[in-house]
Amino acid sequence: MASQDITPVGTDSAKASLLNDPKIRGYIYQVVVLVVLVGLVYWVVNNTIANLQRAHLATGFGFLDGRSGFDISSHPFTSYSSDSTYINALYVGFLNTLLVAVVGIITATIIGFIIGVGRLSHNWLIRKLCTVYVEVFRNIPPLLVIFFWYSGVLAVLPQARQSIALPFSTFLNNRGFFFPVPIFGEGAWLAGAAFILAIIGTFFVRRWAYKRQMATGQQFPVLLTGLALIIGLPLLAFALKGFPLTFNRPVLGSFNLSGGSLVGPEFMSLYLALSFYTASFIAEIVRSGIRGVGKGQSEAAHALGLRAGTTTRLVVVPQALRIIIPPLSSQFLNLTKNSSLAVAVGYPDLFAVGGTILNQTGRSIEVVTIFIIVYLSLSVLTSLFMNWFNAKMALVER
Amino acid sequence: MKNLVLKGVLGASALVLLASAASAGTLDDVKKKGFVQCGVNTGLAGFGAPNDKGEWSGFDVDYCRAVAAAVFGDGTKVKFTPLSAKDRLPALQSGEIDVLIRNTTWTLSRDTQGFDFPGVNYYDGQGFMINAKKLSGINSALQLSGASVCVQAGTTTELNLADYFKANKMEYNPVVFEKLEEVNAAYDAGRCDVYTTDQSGLYAIRLTLSAPDDHVVLPEIISKEPLGPVVRQGDSQWADVIRWTHYALLTAEELGITKANVDELTKSDSPEIKRVLGQEANTKLGTDLGLTNDWVVKIVKAVGNYGELFESNVGAGSKLKIARGINAQWSKGGLQYAMPIR
Repeated sequence: MASQDITPVGTDSAKASLLNDPKIRGYIYQVVVLVVLVGLVYWVVNNTIANLQRAHLATGFGFLDGRSGFDISSHPFTSYSSDSTYINALYVGFLNTLLVAVVGIITATIIGFIIGVGRLSHNWLIRKLCTVYVEVFRNIPPLLVIFFWYSGVLAVLPQARQSIALPFSTFLNNRGFFFPVPIFGEGAWLAGAAFILAIIGTFFVRRWAYKRQMATGQQFPVLLTGLALIIGLPLLAFALKGFPLTFNRPVLGSFNLSGGSLVGPEFMSLYLALSFYTASFIAEIVRSGIRGVGKGQSEAAHALGLRAGTTTRLVVVPQALRIIIPPLSSQFLNLTKNSSLAVAVGYPDLFAVGGTILNQTGRSIEVVTIFIIVYLSLSVLTSLFMNWFNAKMALVER
Repeated sequence: MKNLVLKGVLGASALVLLASAASAGTLDDVKKKGFVQCGVNTGLAGFGAPNDKGEWSGFDVDYCRAVAAAVFGDGTKVKFTPLSAKDRLPALQSGEIDVLIRNTTWTLSRDTQGFDFPGVNYYDGQGFMINAKKLSGINSALQLSGASVCVQAGTTTELNLADYFKANKMEYNPVVFEKLEEVNAAYDAGRCDVYTTDQSGLYAIRLTLSAPDDHVVLPEIISKEPLGPVVRQGDSQWADVIRWTHYALLTAEELGITKANVDELTKSDSPEIKRVLGQEANTKLGTDLGLTNDWVVKIVKAVGNYGELFESNVGAGSKLKIARGINAQWSKGGLQYAMPIR
């Protein structure tokens, strides 16, 4: 070995240094990894095709154009019947997944912020109650929470014929929550236009009020004005047209309430469970975010004469958000993916509908591929949005 | 639930990853393994359910035992995999189980999607069950417009239901669950007005409800549901074993061979009984099937004949008390007809 050590610097050393060159070595590693990866993919694809042929299975996505033949209980944003195609059925499932994910994310964020701030309250009772909430929901598997709400809803609420009648022609029973659907008559578009106008108006009022406060220090009741605009303008428009609005009210039929619209117990239990479960994690993220803001910040705000509420709103929360947003994104992703537990309570989400199609057609590879693509795209989109939001909220150095 | 997700993708991943699972015949694989892996229901009384001692029992379960007896001469050399309606076919496709005997309807699309149906062990039809106490005055399925209907996901039942309500221009609201237990619980809790599945299933499920006497099965039968064992397509040797196990059970009933008298009858003079029980000189009937020549003796010794299976699991000797009906022997006006063992 020693002989190698004493070889003169010259022809041989160039060869040795080629392997020892970190750059070249890096290239070699990358090429090796790439070859292994390509080989693996090739093997998997080849193997799949061979196995499919051996099992006499047809492949391809053409089957998606076939008639589904089964019904789906809840298809809120699109029409669907057993005559629709498999791809329609998957689309209904996708919309249902999206619905529960979006509504769930919004609710979970609101509950999570309230509980997270509550955990830091000076009030002993509030603080402890919030702690109990977090510890209870964080430590129960989400499936159990879903079952809890589902059997809770089914056990507590009365049968269809003994529905609880609530104000405004709404009813509650173990088939869901029934409510009247507004049917807009002629001229209702004016109210819609007024509504949009009111929102735009509120936006400008807010901008004007902000500018004025910056310039003069005088405050303006933006919230009240905005509410008055958003509620008042459409009402006024309606009154002008003589209230062109009727309701399709739920009425008791032979089996159940008919007419109106309903939110079924499957959606309710899944939505409540996912929101409450994820909120417990969000609460902890919010708490850690607020804790992460230096104590000096709020002390300085107090010294300037800001009240506790204003300090939280204007000084602590904006800084805490920078810490909160990145872990928050992963909670949003978790909620979206956990929504596939819907299958346990019979909510027709993508996973449940896809599973039925898989069973009816036997196209497991295709259906699972669709699952992967859809959940992956949902997650990537959420990530992209949260990254954008994070960049927007990040500290802008001046 | 993880398990469920896993099972859902199992069919796919197995096809992707297994190098050559099904290269050898299933019969050889089973013999090498030393037991039959049989897919059964997760809990349908009379057909496939664990009894109060925790042992699997039921009509379909006994068919699994009969297959094990045919292959090994021992009805206990069988392992059971409880499967939901949705998971059952992927589990068979992936090779997780050797044979599926879980009240599965024989349809053209299933037959051409990589499966084979060696026979029909129970002729059934889809029906409806309602709570007669709550819905008094309803005595026909045609009065069910507007009802919520509980149904299991991924079944032919789900498809027939849609067809039936559409054909009769009635509205309904499907409440779909993946697991039988979940459908049962939801129906029992009053989540839906109607329960629909195969009529035999309805009778079995009624027993498990909190007040069985309140519920009635409506008279309409809306579909043909020929239920039978399923194997993977392209393995005719294994399909033959299952097919002829079924015919052996039927033939035994036809010839009056029972669990009690099978030993005695091996000494019978009747040429037909001698041939079926493998007592003919130089017979090759059993070995040609890949089994031993006394395979019928072993099947009947282990579980009895078709009639005994029926009576003890779902018929008069059971809680279900289902009449033989169209499942009687062809000679008694039924549809069960065994091909000749010769």
